[in-house]
Amino acid sequence: MSTHTLHETAALTRRSLRHVLRSPDTVVTTAVMPIAFLLLFVYVFGGAIQAGAGAVAAGSVPGTSYVDYLLPGILLITVATGLAYTAYRLFTDLQGGIVERLRSMPISRAPVLWAHVLTSLAATLVSLAVVVVAALLMGFRSPAGPLAWLAVTGILLLVTLALTWWAVVAGLSARSLDGATAFSYPLIFLPFLSSAFVPTATMPGPVRWFAEHQPVTPVVDSLRALLSGQPVGAEIWVALAWCAGVLVLGQAGAVLLFRRRVG
Amino acid sequence: MSTTTGPAIQVRGLRKSFADVDVLRGVDLLVERGSIYALLGANGAGKTTLVRILSTLLPPDAGTATVCDLDVATRAAQVRGSISLTGQFAAVDEVLTGRENLVLMAQLWHLADPGARADELLEQFSLAEAGGRRVVTWSGGMRRRLDIAMSLTGSPPVVFLDEPTTGLDPQGRLEVWGAVRTLAAAGTTVLLTTQYLEEAEKLADRIAILHRGRVLVEGTLAELRALLPPTTVEYVEKQPTLEEIFLALVGDDPSDAGEHAEDGR
Repeated sequence: MSTHTLHETAALTRRSLRHVLRSPDTVVTTAVMPIAFLLLFVYVFGGAIQAGAGAVAAGSVPGTSYVDYLLPGILLITVATGLAYTAYRLFTDLQGGIVERLRSMPISRAPVLWAHVLTSLAATLVSLAVVVVAALLMGFRSPAGPLAWLAVTGILLLVTLALTWWAVVAGLSARSLDGATAFSYPLIFLPFLSSAFVPTATMPGPVRWFAEHQPVTPVVDSLRALLSGQPVGAEIWVALAWCAGVLVLGQAGAVLLFRRRVG
Repeated sequence: MSTTTGPAIQVRGLRKSFADVDVLRGVDLLVERGSIYALLGANGAGKTTLVRILSTLLPPDAGTATVCDLDVATRAAQVRGSISLTGQFAAVDEVLTGRENLVLMAQLWHLADPGARADELLEQFSLAEAGGRRVVTWSGGMRRRLDIAMSLTGSPPVVFLDEPTTGLDPQGRLEVWGAVRTLAAAGTTVLLTTQYLEEAEKLADRIAILHRGRVLVEGTLAELRALLPPTTVEYVEKQPTLEEIFLALVGDDPSDAGEHAEDGR
């Protein structure tokens, strides 16, 4: 990257961060649904889930509560809801002619995309922090040290980056605003079919097979191990491999679409 | 910016098709430096396609086009340094203030003092007062003027305005016309497209009528007038146009375009 490209990326990122700052509701809405899920599952379903799957769910690590068990999955849902806004911002830029204007200017192409990607990372990080604070208020406690927290942040950022490219694909290929944001719904739903809410051992055959072989489970298990101060097993490598795969595919698709649509 | 003295825009035998529709079917055009040139045509005549090719957004199928002696197909990057495009819909960032929009442009042009350039442009387009407000609160005419101001941030010698007044109220249209005249007075070459005959008549030094992908006629207004049979003299009671009535009632003519409001037809 030349210094010109960096300068342009910085200018465009500042612009799109302003969008986030000036509509703090986007950060709040991103956090509201995950927090609602937290409340629902901790205070409404939590008792039943613990009674049913008790020993396996909350009891895997003695002394932890259901909110501790739940948080990793909720954080992934937070990432997914935040990405809808990334697709939304890109889509409105394309519709509003901003991208067209930038194309006819003597600047590089990459910063136009990277500004959205960097903003997505920053906005998601803030929403994640809000959700963690809410969880703390609801009794979430973690013995994790700074290194483990750093690893948790790193994994969440990697997941966000990987999925952001899919948000870019959605924003570039959508025909309507609803189409641009709809891609996040399956992502929000996916944690329900994983070890995020209940242990996969409680699920019937085919569902269990799916839950154990989809990417959310190893990511959630790794985050949970890190947050509860447990040693991380082989699942972290499975998680990282999934992230890398989703990232490479998504970025390739996004760049290809961007070239075709924007040049 | 350019040291040569050829025409600002030269187009020869330009063709472009989409799927099986021939949008441009051999267009020739010559625009002198520092002039205002109007491309007049109905919807679908190929105006926007021509402007998009000239501003390097679309590659032509055949023919050549140069801007400031630079071929748009082979030297697109250099062409982008000498032009600016203002599209059909104001491409301004509504979330930002007017000044922030201009500062962003100045940063992307790598100007030494983006803030100073932004203030200068706000002043030039009579937007200084509103500069600190978010654009979402601005009127259509103001947004259009900001749009044009943003295009001019890097002081390009050639400016493309694609239907700059479509969708504006009469007041907004006069504001934009004033801005275009200011531009040309400063030596900038302006190529604008329009479907309003009056706009071409009022603004342009030369006019080309584009019809179904071809230039039907081209020349100054006087030359185009001469194409038709000599004027027959009829006595018509002069009624004020609705526009004159509207503007007389509304009253507050924009300072830079006010004197043209009374021109009538």
